[in-house]
Amino acid sequence: MSVLVYTESENGNFKKIAFETASYAKEVANMLGTTVTAIAINVENPSELSKYGVDKVLTVNNDKLTNFNAKAYADAIRQAATKESAKVVVINSSANDKYLAPVLAVDLNAGYASNVVALPVSTEPFKVKRTAFTNKAFNITAINADVKLIGLAKNSFGLKESDGAATAEAFEPSLKDEDFNISVKSVDKATGKVTIADAEIVVSGGRGLKGPENWGMIEDLAAVLGAATACSKPVSDMGWRPHEEHVGQTGKPVASNLYIAVGISGAIQHLAGINASKVKVVINNDPEAPFFKAADYGIVGDAFEVVPKLVEKLKEFKANNA
Amino acid sequence: MKILVCISHVPDTTSKINFTENDTKFDTNGVQFVINPNDEFGLTRAIWFKEKQGASVTVVNVGGTETEPTLRKALAIGADEAIRVNAEPTDGFFVAKQLAKVVQDGGYDLIIAGRESIDYNGGMVPGMLATLTNANFVNTCIGLEIDGNTATAIREIDGGKETLKTNLPLVVGAQKGLVEESDLRIPNMRGIMMARKKQLAVTEPAEATQATKAVQFEKPAPKGEVKLISPDNVDELVDLLHNEAKVI
Ligand SMILES: Cc1cc2nc3c(=O)[nH]c(=O)nc-3n(C[C@H](O)[C@H](O)[C@H](O)COP(=O)(O)OP(=O)(O)OC[C@H]3O[C@@H](n4cnc5c(N)ncnc54)[C@H](O)[C@@H]3O)c2cc1C
Repeated sequence: MSVLVYTESENGNFKKIAFETASYAKEVANMLGTTVTAIAINVENPSELSKYGVDKVLTVNNDKLTNFNAKAYADAIRQAATKESAKVVVINSSANDKYLAPVLAVDLNAGYASNVVALPVSTEPFKVKRTAFTNKAFNITAINADVKLIGLAKNSFGLKESDGAATAEAFEPSLKDEDFNISVKSVDKATGKVTIADAEIVVSGGRGLKGPENWGMIEDLAAVLGAATACSKPVSDMGWRPHEEHVGQTGKPVASNLYIAVGISGAIQHLAGINASKVKVVINNDPEAPFFKAADYGIVGDAFEVVPKLVEKLKEFKANNA
Repeated sequence: MKILVCISHVPDTTSKINFTENDTKFDTNGVQFVINPNDEFGLTRAIWFKEKQGASVTVVNVGGTETEPTLRKALAIGADEAIRVNAEPTDGFFVAKQLAKVVQDGGYDLIIAGRESIDYNGGMVPGMLATLTNANFVNTCIGLEIDGNTATAIREIDGGKETLKTNLPLVVGAQKGLVEESDLRIPNMRGIMMARKKQLAVTEPAEATQATKAVQFEKPAPKGEVKLISPDNVDELVDLLHNEAKVI
């Protein structure tokens, strides 16, 4: 009986969340007095998981799994969980993980808790803390099923190094034709751009920027910080920015280390989506803007003056700290 | 084509969230309930199929009598009939089980649910429902075309989108993007009058276990005061982000 962790990868390499999920699984295994087994699909260097306390990696190498496929991936993970008699299975909260999790939960007859933000509060009964009401609250959820499936919220646990041997063992799940009832026709992904989901820093602009022609300074700020760009809902509704950048209750959630909001009022639906970010900075010319109540640092000022100055200062800072 | 749209009855997005009974229950006092925004995008797409390609649209909710106004609103927007499964929606798996029975009894080709409801944010129902009914499943769906038995769906992925091809029966997890915001409909008088005459069937729940239970709620710790920095002194912000917050 070990804790099973699904470690997500892309183009043969682990994603950072794989290490976070493994770090978390290791701590859960410590609580239960057991070991950690990871399942890694089409990964070149599985031993990288040693550093995060993984004892064994089931390596799946299968061309049919080159493209993510929720049903087939869930099928493979289920078979790994069964082989390891795992009572706890840990995954993350990427779009792909959230896609496969409910499928896996039914296949495994598991109780699934998503958006989990901390180690289990207790293991007997098994209780975890998760976010609810789009980050406006937390709830403690008891998982009553024999098998527990935990969906860890991104960036909520961080990386924690610990020893592990991470021996690799080839694993060949038997996949059925019906696992492939859905085929990928095309993938359209901006390459070389930091995505909101993976970003440590997010720079976001609101209606206060007046128009799409003014986004250059947001992009400059993002570039110097290595950040992803985002926006409020009216900005994407008006077509100033693409839908994928809209954050908030009805858009994307952001759980970055730093969130910089420029010309965003801080409406409740916007704040709900960014509450999970650790440090929030607001730049707004209205001192009454609700965002000032939610932010850690604030500048009351005109974005058109403040942002270019900030970009310059950050460039100096980066040059001195390179 | 028979379409089923799953409707979750959730607190309006502006609601202040509070708890009662020693923080074990959500306080519905003064809270307005609405159709879950993700479901509303799905419902609008379903009505588009009905109007453009010919389809029947049934809406379903698992909940008590208090959810009927939300179902009536869906009828006023253009759904043909409604079903309420008379049970408290205790967890995602329980709800998916109830919906699976409705799907099996009604023989639907396309089932649309929101990618998550904005109260418990479980993100469980569409995927569980698809798996329980052996249907194909596309989550975070932002585009959907149906041609006979074939579906072409676009789904949002981290950092982009992906186009998928599959067959009916299909369950989709809907979200913003599936239709334009400007295409969402507000019920008009005629719709409201017609909704009164449409059928709202009530069925009793099937036996199902509850795999998870929200036992206690907490509100985030109150936030400290914002540290204000003069616009003439952005150096200070850079310094604070580096030395105090340690995020750059
Ligand atoms: C059902 C529903 C769901 C919603 N979901 C979301 C969601 O997911 N995400 C979301 O963001 N919103 C959402 N909203 C909308 C939300 O209520 C707000 O309308 C929106 O967040 C406001 O965006 P904004 O702050 O960019 O624009 P505004 O409210 O117009 O605010 C712009 C701000 O910019 C400031 N400003 C103006 N000029 C300057 C300048 N030169 N320099 C500095 N500051 C300046 C102003 O003081 C103001 O505070 C939702 C609404 C509903 C009804």
